[in-house]
Amino acid sequence: MELRSILATDCGSTTTKAILIEKIDGEYRLAIRGEAPTTVEAPFEDVTKGVLNAVMEVEELAGRKLLDGDQIITPRKGDEGVDVYFSTSSAGGGLQMMVAGVVKGMTGESAERAALGAGSIVMDVLASNDGRKPHEKITRIRQLRPDMILLSGGIDGGTTKHVVELAEILAAANPKPRLGQNFKLPVIYAGNKNATDKIIETLGKITDLDITENIRPVLERENLKPSRDKIHDLFMEHVMQQAPGYKKLMSWTDAPIMPTPGAVGALIEMVAEKENISVVGVDIGGATTDIFSVFQKQFNRTVSANLGMSYSICNVLAETGLKNVLRWVPFDIDEKELTNRIGNKMIRPTTVPQSLEELIIEQAIAREALRLSFIQHKSFAVNLKGVQKERTISDAFEQTDSGESLVDMMELDLMVGSGGVLSHAPRRQQSARMLIDSFLPEGITQLAVDSIFMMPQLGVMANIENEDLAEVARKAAIEVFEKDCLIRLGTCLAPVGTSKSGATVLTAELMLPGGATERYKIKFGEIIRIKAPYEPIKAKLTPGKGMNIGAGKNESIETTIYGGVVGIILDGRGRPMKIPTDPQQRISDLTKWSEAVQEYPAMQDQGLG
Amino acid sequence: MAHSYTPGLKVLQETIIDKERRLPLKGTVTVEKGQSVTPDDIVAKTELPGNVQMVNVANQLNIDAIDVSEAMIAKEGTLVSKDEMIAETKGLFGFFKSNVTAPVDGTIEVISDTTGQVVIREAPIPVEIDAYMQGIIKDVIPEEGVIIESEGVFIQGIFGIGGESRGDLAVIVDNREDEITEDIITPELAGKIIVGGSFISLSAFKKAIQMKIAGVVVGGFNYYDLEDILGYILGVAITGSENLGTSLILTEGYGKIRMGRRTFELLKRHHGKFASVNGSTQIRAGVIRPEIVIPLSKDQLKGEHKDADASEGIQAGSLVRVIRAPYFGRMGTVIDLPSELRKMESETMVRIAIIEIQGENVEIPRANLEMIETD
Repeated sequence: MELRSILATDCGSTTTKAILIEKIDGEYRLAIRGEAPTTVEAPFEDVTKGVLNAVMEVEELAGRKLLDGDQIITPRKGDEGVDVYFSTSSAGGGLQMMVAGVVKGMTGESAERAALGAGSIVMDVLASNDGRKPHEKITRIRQLRPDMILLSGGIDGGTTKHVVELAEILAAANPKPRLGQNFKLPVIYAGNKNATDKIIETLGKITDLDITENIRPVLERENLKPSRDKIHDLFMEHVMQQAPGYKKLMSWTDAPIMPTPGAVGALIEMVAEKENISVVGVDIGGATTDIFSVFQKQFNRTVSANLGMSYSICNVLAETGLKNVLRWVPFDIDEKELTNRIGNKMIRPTTVPQSLEELIIEQAIAREALRLSFIQHKSFAVNLKGVQKERTISDAFEQTDSGESLVDMMELDLMVGSGGVLSHAPRRQQSARMLIDSFLPEGITQLAVDSIFMMPQLGVMANIENEDLAEVARKAAIEVFEKDCLIRLGTCLAPVGTSKSGATVLTAELMLPGGATERYKIKFGEIIRIKAPYEPIKAKLTPGKGMNIGAGKNESIETTIYGGVVGIILDGRGRPMKIPTDPQQRISDLTKWSEAVQEYPAMQDQGLG
Repeated sequence: MAHSYTPGLKVLQETIIDKERRLPLKGTVTVEKGQSVTPDDIVAKTELPGNVQMVNVANQLNIDAIDVSEAMIAKEGTLVSKDEMIAETKGLFGFFKSNVTAPVDGTIEVISDTTGQVVIREAPIPVEIDAYMQGIIKDVIPEEGVIIESEGVFIQGIFGIGGESRGDLAVIVDNREDEITEDIITPELAGKIIVGGSFISLSAFKKAIQMKIAGVVVGGFNYYDLEDILGYILGVAITGSENLGTSLILTEGYGKIRMGRRTFELLKRHHGKFASVNGSTQIRAGVIRPEIVIPLSKDQLKGEHKDADASEGIQAGSLVRVIRAPYFGRMGTVIDLPSELRKMESETMVRIAIIEIQGENVEIPRANLEMIETD
């Protein structure tokens, strides 16, 4: 099927974003984008109104007719309408799940991984060995009111007792779904197949029970896909059916609506697979921070449900402490007044930093939100515990110890940031610095931001099952992702190790576009920015004594790197990086690093730093 | 004319207020449509399923799960009392018997021959919902609850803690700049909703709790002092379930910020009248702000209503409040809403409004303005 014009929307909690992709001169490009407030809440209570408003904006900017009254014109009729329409959604709080497994670190963790991979928020993980007494578990289930529950436990043919025990706890709690008082709660059973009859007996009448393949059929293997698919089906059949206006929206789309983070994850997985690279993606929002990673061909997603830049901003402060935030602020500030200011951002979440001082503080908090989210991600993205691992992707790959984090910053090739504070920072240097400071990439790492957060729409396009559409939609998604979605910030070169002040930690010989070779030496504790566009640059990188830039201690590398809108950043602060505890030294270092990349050039004029 | 949607808090001197009072589970509605209710009247009730205790009889008797049914003295559906024997082994020649007793009063709900567990459900927990405010039952939602309608004053705060409360309104300061200090919280204010100006300190709020004040309405409070009251650091603004005895409603925010003039004057005008307040706040999608409701009788109403749901957005002439530094807390009048983006000091490109604040025209991002919806 030939597609010339594709419309896709993402219905977020606050904004509905529409993009129009057109095939121009044989390639797919983003033509127009539009947005409008989401209309799930009162007084509208119909998501399609926000969709139509966003499409109307696209229609006006495109200068051609896309709507016929309250309908999107599809299929296209000549110059009117679009060939296909897709959508993702996280409105109304997204998909909220509870998962259960017999052993917390094994089937519990597999169930959590399946739910997160499907784009859900995991409200709690119940397990036989989670230390809570049955009545405590029951109280918790009753309090939470999830959209659905994923129950797993036991390998096929193993003991059935423990998983049936969990089912009995669920039955005793008799949980009710979050939306719709008159409906039964959807429960997916993905555990020991020998327990299926008992599970049906225990839960069949009081819940809307669905059975799928065991998530952990044998100890050595996870089988997440059937559960992930089932979650998507139930999301469409139950959760979306209860949300205002979604029945209508579902009838408009040419493929099932995906939960927004599920779509982003699908896109990141696809990019990693296509380029054969390791990727970390982050989306920092007002309430939550999502991190996606693909290392050793294994995909992981985590949601830090209460680390965000507005609704949850005080929780960042609570979790990290004021001192950790202030260590990124290059000037003195009254601490008590600062906590009131941050509190006021929480209760008035839509405000924007008008003064430079406010911007710097907000970006300091973002560093901590990102850092904490990444710590959570690293501890979750691990090999299967207790076994030699093997996962859903059968390709051969390096074996590592069980339970060890898959996240290896030296192996990381590309880091993609999105979310207001990263995508809309007034200067791209600020986005680059936030990514570097909070994730501490090692060796050679490309940095990028999602220009207008269109990864969800491209993700749904990349994940279409309908055979007629799948290939061409995927092609369009890849082309737009590469040409229009990503803003390439550049590359960070960060040698690992520590050294003495003044010692050279890296020498970089770069053959810049045009043929000139330039040589840069970076000393310990310094940052250098080299302006270079997003073009291949031949580089010879020689680490200082005891340092490692990717090939091992003291070993040089000859490779090709890419610049970007920021360029190449040589980060000589070492890994692990230390920020001085002495306030004067800290302010001096922070100011020096800022100046090196022109992060806040007006800082001195404003009397800051 | 340039026009911009800006979320705002309602400060309405006369409006129709609808309140939904809904049970957590289905139950019985105890009032009828058209009936008058007072705040303490029960409008609906139900019974929540009792707590559940799980007893692993197989483990305790050291028998197989399949044999548990046989060992049970109390069968499914039987009422049992705490410490009553519910299961016993046969023992050896009638000796060396082991038994299991009920940990709570309740009903044997399930005896599982797979896990050997016995589920005992305690008695149901009665739940009653009161009317919260004086009014008329506008609608009955069968088995679930009611919608109560009232006419009067409706004011929203920006943040609160402590859930629902009610009492006579007592404005205890002269000016909206004044703080509520410990010395003006006196025993005769017990059971009242006290109204102050710009601030209440931690020690003064603690005294209010001690004096059994029903509620405090004030401009500001320190964010960092909340931890002392709540016992934890407030990470996300979801409140209402705190059991403080005294609800706190901030009309402006954290810090010392004088109460908005209209809010203060409106509350002052109704000094002595009975008010219902709710400190519950939820700042997420589906935002819930704390509120003050003062139902008015027919002779107190002027009959000039404004629809409580009207959100017209700001335009030239609108009265707005700045809700972020550097002009935080200041009120002004919108002079113009230029359509092009402007660069702020932070270099952020935003849509702005030009606001006149005490004779001076300043540029403020529209996102940093709050419309004050008045009538």
